[in-house]
Amino acid sequence: MSTNLETKISIRDLKLWYGSYEALHGIDLDIYSGKVTAFIGPSGCGKSTFLRTLNRMNDRIQGCKVEGKILLEGNDIYAPQVDVVQLRTHVGMVFQKPNPFPKSIYENVAYAPRIHGMVQDGPEMDELVETALKKASIWNEVKDKLHQPGTALSGGQQQRLCIARTIAVQPDVILMDEPCSALDPIATAKIEELMDELKQEYTIVIVTHNMQQAARVSDYTAYFYLGDLIEFGETQQIFTAPSNKKTEDYITGRFG
Amino acid sequence: MNKEANNFLHQGANPRKRKRERADTRFRWYGLIALGLALSFLVFFFVDIIGQALPAFKQTEVLVSVNYTEEAKSNYNRAVEHKLTHIVSRAWLRTIPAYLEAHPEAVGTSHDEWVPADSRVDQYVKKHEGHGLKSKYQKEVDALQQEGKVRSSFNIAFFETGDSKMPENAGILAAAVGSVFTLLITMLVAVPIGVMTAIYLEEFATDNRFTRLIEVNINNLAAIPSILYGLLGLAIFISFMGVPRSSALAGGLTLALMTLPLIIIATRAALRAVPESIREAAYGLGASSLQTVWHHVLPLAMPGILTGSIIGLAQAMGETAPLIIVGMMAYIPEPPSSILEATTVLPAQVYTWSTESMHGYIERTAAGILVLLTVLLSLNAMAVRLRNRSEKTW
Repeated sequence: MSTNLETKISIRDLKLWYGSYEALHGIDLDIYSGKVTAFIGPSGCGKSTFLRTLNRMNDRIQGCKVEGKILLEGNDIYAPQVDVVQLRTHVGMVFQKPNPFPKSIYENVAYAPRIHGMVQDGPEMDELVETALKKASIWNEVKDKLHQPGTALSGGQQQRLCIARTIAVQPDVILMDEPCSALDPIATAKIEELMDELKQEYTIVIVTHNMQQAARVSDYTAYFYLGDLIEFGETQQIFTAPSNKKTEDYITGRFG
Repeated sequence: MNKEANNFLHQGANPRKRKRERADTRFRWYGLIALGLALSFLVFFFVDIIGQALPAFKQTEVLVSVNYTEEAKSNYNRAVEHKLTHIVSRAWLRTIPAYLEAHPEAVGTSHDEWVPADSRVDQYVKKHEGHGLKSKYQKEVDALQQEGKVRSSFNIAFFETGDSKMPENAGILAAAVGSVFTLLITMLVAVPIGVMTAIYLEEFATDNRFTRLIEVNINNLAAIPSILYGLLGLAIFISFMGVPRSSALAGGLTLALMTLPLIIIATRAALRAVPESIREAAYGLGASSLQTVWHHVLPLAMPGILTGSIIGLAQAMGETAPLIIVGMMAYIPEPPSSILEATTVLPAQVYTWSTESMHGYIERTAAGILVLLTVLLSLNAMAVRLRNRSEKTW
């Protein structure tokens, strides 16, 4: 693996509570620039919760309290002066269930650039929409029906549209919360292929239940169990020679 | 092992199967009977109302010779032959002096004119029981009919006048205008406040004891007897704020109080029906709370909000009880020209007429109900159409 690793996000002693329930017990982790990092672990281990702290989506949940530090390129994203809206333009998110807006394909992609005032409506916007759709490898399928509703696409296409929508804001990091769990194997393969291309430009963090997927797409893997980070390392090492017994049990399917 | 499962290929001769099918059939019949009962009530209701209301849209007229003499200016009874003064409408006779004031050139002329008949004559000609026409006048009317001097024409006055002490002159215009004014005020007050409250509670408020208390109270308010809102309206708007009694403003504000919980509940249900994933998508792209609600959640909830609001307003339109308390059950002969003037509303007018003893009011009661029903059905049809249209836009 490459030697000049650059840390994009650095998490230090992150603790999180839902009310009085402690869901994360002090996570230390570095997410490297231009790599795909996969979070694996059994249901309820806190991997999705952890992912959502990275662009502060947990802010919306009542009674959710975060302690510790998350540094995005050295800046604490939980510092009081941070603008969450700005943060989310840097750290985009793709969700488990494809959730295009019930608007046209074009509007889905153009929405975020418009509200952030990135470009004016018109030829510039057309170009931005086209670029985003091309990067998400969906342009060829939708170029003739840009003004048809995004909700009329198939599940896999919808998910790629959601990726295009996220890319349109030109983020540095893309968080993916089980992006393929609602898709069939062919659509999943396309998304995985897409991730491989996207990591040239973006840092990707993916939560997945599918260990083969983690092995296929990721460069680094973190194994979570009951709110603790058990093991983190290069994917190859985690899957072939895990240093922790718990990790080994999980990836070999003995439990989980 | 279950015997039935083994024998499923042997058709017939399975007592459990037959029993099950009989139960299914019975169940379907119960449903059909219930539906049939409900439908027959509805049909009976409509046939009865329409049957009673239709004659009200016809008004009997008599051909009389009208003498516009100088004397008629001071004593309008002199304008027609003495024996006809109880045949023609008194309401019409009373207009003669004013007419002569306005048209001095008509003084001294005489015309044969079709004029509206007195309500009792009208009822007698329509052959309604209890018309109340004395037998000596009955003979008079019979004679007029023989001469072809009696006809029936469309009762335009019903839509052009307000209430009157003479049934042949009583119409729904004043009540209709009052209803429109009242409902406009209700809409302008209740819809914005209700929708904003619902948005706040659903999208922004944190879940704590205070908001839960508010929630329980809103749900309870929707179930409070509507007459209590009348008392509340009387206390707040009339006694405390000094809004004129019987005015469309007082009535509209009172009905707004009553409609608010309904609109809040309907709007909250509509907002809750918008999938959480849409909000996540918007927040995930860095949309602010306002943008998320305004651009994504509200448009999707709009059909539900519209339907809820229109149904709430339709209910307010048919409401009488709280309006009794704020003085809208009143005798209003002239349509109001402002929201501060005394007025009445359609259901209140219907109630007023239903308490009158003269037969002319009975058919007007039915006609008023028919008009009210038409308006309410149109409102509901509008709700359905709006909902269908806004559902299609995306």
